[in-house]
Amino acid sequence: MMRRLFAVWHARNLEFLRDRATLIFTLLLPMMLVVGMGFVFGGPPRALFKVGVITPQIDKHSQPGPMGHPFLQERYVDFVPIASASDGLPKITHQQIDLLVDLHGTPRYWVNTDSPKGYIVEKLLLAASPGAQRQPVTGAAVRYVDWLFPGILGMNMMFSCLFGVGYVVLRYRKNGFLKRLHATPLTAFEFLTAQVLSRLCLILFVTTILYVGIGTIIHFHSSGNLLLLVLIAVLGCLSMIALGLTIAAAISSEELVGGLLNLLTWPMMLVSGIWFSLEGSPRWVQWGAHIFPLTHLLDAERAVMLDGAGLAQITPNLAYLAATTLVFLAFGAWSFRWRVE
Amino acid sequence: MGQPILEVRNLVKQYPNVNAVDGVSFAVPEGICFGLLGPNGAGKTTTIEIMEGILQQTSGEVRYRGELLGPRFREEAGILFQKTALQDFLTVRQTLSMFRNLYDRGLDIEEVIRLCALEKLAGRDNRKLSGGQQQRLLLAVALVNDPSILFLDEPTTGLDPQARRNFWDLIQSIKARRKTIILTTHYMDEAEILCDDIAIMDRGRIIARGGPRQLLQEHFEEVLLELPRHDFPDEARHLVTKVIESADRVEIATQDLETTLRALMDARVSLQNLRIRPPNLEDLFLELTGKELRT
Repeated sequence: MMRRLFAVWHARNLEFLRDRATLIFTLLLPMMLVVGMGFVFGGPPRALFKVGVITPQIDKHSQPGPMGHPFLQERYVDFVPIASASDGLPKITHQQIDLLVDLHGTPRYWVNTDSPKGYIVEKLLLAASPGAQRQPVTGAAVRYVDWLFPGILGMNMMFSCLFGVGYVVLRYRKNGFLKRLHATPLTAFEFLTAQVLSRLCLILFVTTILYVGIGTIIHFHSSGNLLLLVLIAVLGCLSMIALGLTIAAAISSEELVGGLLNLLTWPMMLVSGIWFSLEGSPRWVQWGAHIFPLTHLLDAERAVMLDGAGLAQITPNLAYLAATTLVFLAFGAWSFRWRVE
Repeated sequence: MGQPILEVRNLVKQYPNVNAVDGVSFAVPEGICFGLLGPNGAGKTTTIEIMEGILQQTSGEVRYRGELLGPRFREEAGILFQKTALQDFLTVRQTLSMFRNLYDRGLDIEEVIRLCALEKLAGRDNRKLSGGQQQRLLLAVALVNDPSILFLDEPTTGLDPQARRNFWDLIQSIKARRKTIILTTHYMDEAEILCDDIAIMDRGRIIARGGPRQLLQEHFEEVLLELPRHDFPDEARHLVTKVIESADRVEIATQDLETTLRALMDARVSLQNLRIRPPNLEDLFLELTGKELRT
């Protein structure tokens, strides 16, 4: 079994690596995006105050903080509900929010003493609630380009996983190559596993080049463990490759597969947090976004890269990615067709 | 005769509104080239794909060495489909190596390359092969596992005459290795040259079965006289009993050549462009199906 699997894996790798145009495009597009976005958005932070309000038992109808508090009536301030102080502290440390307040009981707040916007919005709070207890924290702001970097890596993985595998399987089926393989002792499981592993290796290879290349250009330093990042990338890619295989497992129409892949990629592009944080968006959007593997991949990546999170903090994301991989692969193998019906 | 290498029993394949294969049964002895002939739509590709284990039949069974098709058959069968693409950007040698590794046993890659005359093409990208070269590579792919039984589904369709003849030579050399070959074709000359045993299919059924010579002897006692149509006046029609007409020629079937020739000369029919030939499989096909070969 391993010999057959390796043979198909090796042949697919050769096919991809020798397709120079595709390979160059795969490498260049995300690199250009990051450098371009970093150039455009890498300047001083925009003048918008964002205040995290500790709101236990958040659900999709949650309003931030106790109703009617005078501070919450301030204009030009975006109030964002946050479940607990521990959830909010990394955000205030990285200046993703300008102030974190807990208005239950005696008001208290956390402010980043390195943040100019924190300094101003603190004045607004103290005007509305003079007795609030101050809890200072420090930490450099996360540049937009640093925040964007994991998003770009994730987006590149998503396209490569979904389209790379989906269209390849469809092409193999339509041109009769799958039918030819079916006439050999190769099993569907071996073929699918070889495709998954080949694509996984190629994506990890490309992502490593991008991580090192772009990281050097934008002077990015991950706060977390690199091996943990590899684990996230592996599980995230597996889940999305399996999703791509599921789409292409039985369909023989390029238009239909293209449509379905677009149907998947566009919502992920918009709500999985590639370009901007979903904080401040309606709760149902934030909840709905977590159905997509890419959201879990990006949440875990950013937690490790920006906040230095450990395995325990990202275990729920990893578990979701692993579970969806199994579900998608099982469905893909069940519905797999070797030939055009 | 010993146990057949392949046996088809009461094979039926139904699609909505059509019975593509309608109760076909036959057995193929080991070491022969068996031809499945018929026009397009006769059901021969459906039949061969069920025999290859690629397509599921509606009913009936196919047995390889007495067993239903299974892993052993996959290991020991070589298949050349009508249309197959191979992976882009791989060379001929890499393609063969990939397929060779899918089997537990087989031939050395260099031997397959030699056998199919691919020496000069071994390092060439699959995309840069001509039609005849691609077909030779696909034959080599079908041979990498040193198969006991080789399926060739219309292997020379689309090839130029030279490439067709080269391909026939290859198949003859494979036959010389005592391989069993199952060949479908709608070229009757190909079947006549390569096949030891043939079955003619039409509308999902086998309508004739036997060796090419045996079938011709069974169905024809005549020879055929071929004349340009303009040399055969209508008044001469009563002189002969069986005439097959086409757009530009007439064929006269006769059991008594001398009498027929004398009658034609007496009627002052020009024999300047006369050709006399024995019946061939194409004539047999027309005799049996009553229509031109559908290509």
